[in-house]
Amino acid sequence: MSERQAEQRSGAYQAHFRVWRGDADGGALEDFRVEVNEGEVVLDIIHRLQATQAPDLAVRWNCKAGKCGSCSAEINGRPRLMCMTRMSVFARTETLTVTPMRTFPVLRDLVTDVSFNYTKARQVPSFVPPAELGPGEYRMRQEDVNRSQEFRKCIECFLCQNTCHVVRDHEENKAAFAGPRFLMRIAELDMHPLDAAPARGLDRKVSAQDEHGLGYCNITKCCTEVCPENIKITDNALIPLKERAADRKYDPLVWLGNKIRRRAE
Amino acid sequence: MAHVDRQTWDVVVVGAGGAGLRAAIEAREAGMRTAVICKSLFGKAHTVMAEGGIAASMGNANEHDTWQVHFRDTMRGGKFLNQWRMAELHAREAPDRVWELETWGALFDRTADGRISQRNFGGHEYPRLAHVGDRTGLELIRTLQQKIVSLQQEDERVSGSYEEGLKVFQECTVTRVLTTDGQVAGVFCYDRESGRFFVLEAPAVVLATGGIGKSFKVTSNSWEYTGDGHALALLAGAPLINMEFVQFHPTGMVWPPSVKGILVTESVRGDGGVLRNSDGKRFMFDYVPDVFKEKYAESEAEGDRWYEDPDRNRRPPELLPRDEVARAINAEVKAGRGSPHGGVFLDVSTRMPAEVITRRLPSMHHQFKELADVDITAEPMEVGPTCHYVMGGVEVDPDTAAATGVPGLFAAGEVAGGMHGSNRLGGNSLSDLLVFGRRAGLYAAEYVGGLRARPIPEPRGIDAAEAEALRPFSAEEGGGPAENPYTLHQELQQSMNDLVGIIRREGEMAEALERLAKLRVRARRAGVEGHRQYNPGWHLSLDLRNMLLVSECVARAALERTESRGGHTRDDHPQMDRRWRNVNLVCQLADDRDAAGDPDPALGQIRLSRRETPPIRRDLLELFDKDELVKYLTDEELSR
Repeated sequence: MSERQAEQRSGAYQAHFRVWRGDADGGALEDFRVEVNEGEVVLDIIHRLQATQAPDLAVRWNCKAGKCGSCSAEINGRPRLMCMTRMSVFARTETLTVTPMRTFPVLRDLVTDVSFNYTKARQVPSFVPPAELGPGEYRMRQEDVNRSQEFRKCIECFLCQNTCHVVRDHEENKAAFAGPRFLMRIAELDMHPLDAAPARGLDRKVSAQDEHGLGYCNITKCCTEVCPENIKITDNALIPLKERAADRKYDPLVWLGNKIRRRAE
Repeated sequence: MAHVDRQTWDVVVVGAGGAGLRAAIEAREAGMRTAVICKSLFGKAHTVMAEGGIAASMGNANEHDTWQVHFRDTMRGGKFLNQWRMAELHAREAPDRVWELETWGALFDRTADGRISQRNFGGHEYPRLAHVGDRTGLELIRTLQQKIVSLQQEDERVSGSYEEGLKVFQECTVTRVLTTDGQVAGVFCYDRESGRFFVLEAPAVVLATGGIGKSFKVTSNSWEYTGDGHALALLAGAPLINMEFVQFHPTGMVWPPSVKGILVTESVRGDGGVLRNSDGKRFMFDYVPDVFKEKYAESEAEGDRWYEDPDRNRRPPELLPRDEVARAINAEVKAGRGSPHGGVFLDVSTRMPAEVITRRLPSMHHQFKELADVDITAEPMEVGPTCHYVMGGVEVDPDTAAATGVPGLFAAGEVAGGMHGSNRLGGNSLSDLLVFGRRAGLYAAEYVGGLRARPIPEPRGIDAAEAEALRPFSAEEGGGPAENPYTLHQELQQSMNDLVGIIRREGEMAEALERLAKLRVRARRAGVEGHRQYNPGWHLSLDLRNMLLVSECVARAALERTESRGGHTRDDHPQMDRRWRNVNLVCQLADDRDAAGDPDPALGQIRLSRRETPPIRRDLLELFDKDELVKYLTDEELSR
């Protein structure tokens, strides 16, 4: 049996991959021919390259089940989780180009420095427990926690941060803008039924606007489109946050957002 | 040595999963400057993959639930091999650990009256698992992560630095716990990003590194699960216990090949899913062992009624402890009644409406749709056993989580042994992490507070650790060609899967030990290309040492225990033997050295001994009927 026949029988084939290799000083796309088997995902192919052709190829991954959000990269220019991108969505003849996330500085190969996100996470004021309730005394209705629970599905893959055009090619905006993930975190806390921030004099909506750059967001929904958890970041977190911030501050985008949404309905 | 960066901390926590983060929070709140070291990014630890829930007898779904009932279930699940004091502390403290999470911002699913909802799970008498859909682990890790951030924000307000009292060293690996005169003095680490070495000097180290599943081919575990903490403890002089007990979760995905082993949560069965063979038969009714006969339904009708009326019906046998279900699936497949891809069928599609499935099991719906083109609301899943959890681990004091024999060393979570006996119940892992993570942090802080002088790491130890870590870059100098670490890893996984897997035989385990000896010799020549900056081949070469050590522990202990119990099934000794109930097999580092003073890789690295476990306290024994105890305890133990 020829190699080709064996491949056909098992569903295996040779794919053409171009993988970006390099570090902070620069790099380039490198070409590989690599075997692909039935049911495999892009991360499987990257692992095969490591095991057979490029043992020092740097890639970040962990669970390989779409739960940890480590293996974010750009596949043919689209931000995706490598572990949840099946090879069967591409034609066998198609060349797959795998590059690191563009918004964050490259460390090596497909691994980027995502410390921006951890810095932003620290700037969001934490949950404030209600002073009058002890452990075990919390009572919340399911319908009142649904919305915040949707945001807590976030696996922190940072694909939304990566794709958001406010920072994607605008390094200068990074200092003032928390990004969709952390604006959504503010919305999550704001919608938590028992968050006692107001009792401490903290208005999360105002702080989203004044301190975390909510005004930079012009609701193009790029973040929602790349979210592997299908969280409606723009519609359910950012727009409501803008609307409520606008109770106190005038924001022309809220007006625009309302108009667009009304049209969609 | 002078070029290795050194920092001083009070407590170092190795691992940033549930146990590590909970330990770090406790140590920091006790006033200790605490460092957390983790191999992945902060918030990505294996705990995020836990799906079903956290077991705690809060009694929200059934008011009859108490810590005593939870304790009983845990001991039954572990076939009475559990360190009973750990099982007691765990059952008593779990509710407080869950409620505390709410005060840190966790949002669990709710009951109709607004309390934390609790779901059914295998081996638990009442609905007991606090949960968030089927992503409970993510909620746990995120809550602890955000609590750590809130503590850092407090520190920043006082000191101006977020990392003054609590710092996370992410993407760093510990390769050695440094000891001075047998006492913990610090850890030797490398930073993945730069490849640079550094030493954290600290008198207390909490190991919270999780499990060992990456030594097996089919596993639900992530790349991090290379037995690091188990190996670090051994190398520092601490013993491991119960290493023969490895849990094969009954339901992993079996197709497509690249996702084989990925977990299918037990919640599928807890919420009503059933197992069927290729004849369409619910085969679990044929596999209820004698010790559980009175507690499980005898007919499908009774099992089905139980979901609505648990007081007057018994639970379906799909909810037996995991070891029983995994063996049953294995037997069905072997008898030729398996599914097309070598598993059995797990079906929810005929059991509940599509809307309920997507609400209660969203991750499973997503996972099968994305990875296998299977719509679980319309067709059954194919599932089979996957290596999931190691019951064995560092022998610890049940109250303080202190490791035996090495002052300053603590262990919590999966890396610690004893709590789960021979088999862990689903849901008892997340509660274990919280209960004993907190205790490890608390008692590590107390230990440091009571020290008069701090041990200083010895330069010799640091030099040796550095030389060991650099060896893969000069592999070819050692004679013979360099070995590919990926190939060695694959061979190790295949050997453990085939020879020390779910069903074990004496001859196969003996062969496994021979193969491990050969792999150890070759692993000394594992070589890498490139430089030290984010080099996965290098990292794997170093992880191989740990995987080979723990694999030898598993194989040696499994060969020695001539009975079947929990996560240890012997084809040649199929019965549980009461004489083994109070025997722990203890693994310690053997001190065989070659001429150069290095451990000789061709010789066994592990010395095995037997240790009798302390008798179970009388008031705890009295929680069980005598009729049940005679199935487990010897006459001598019963008459005591």
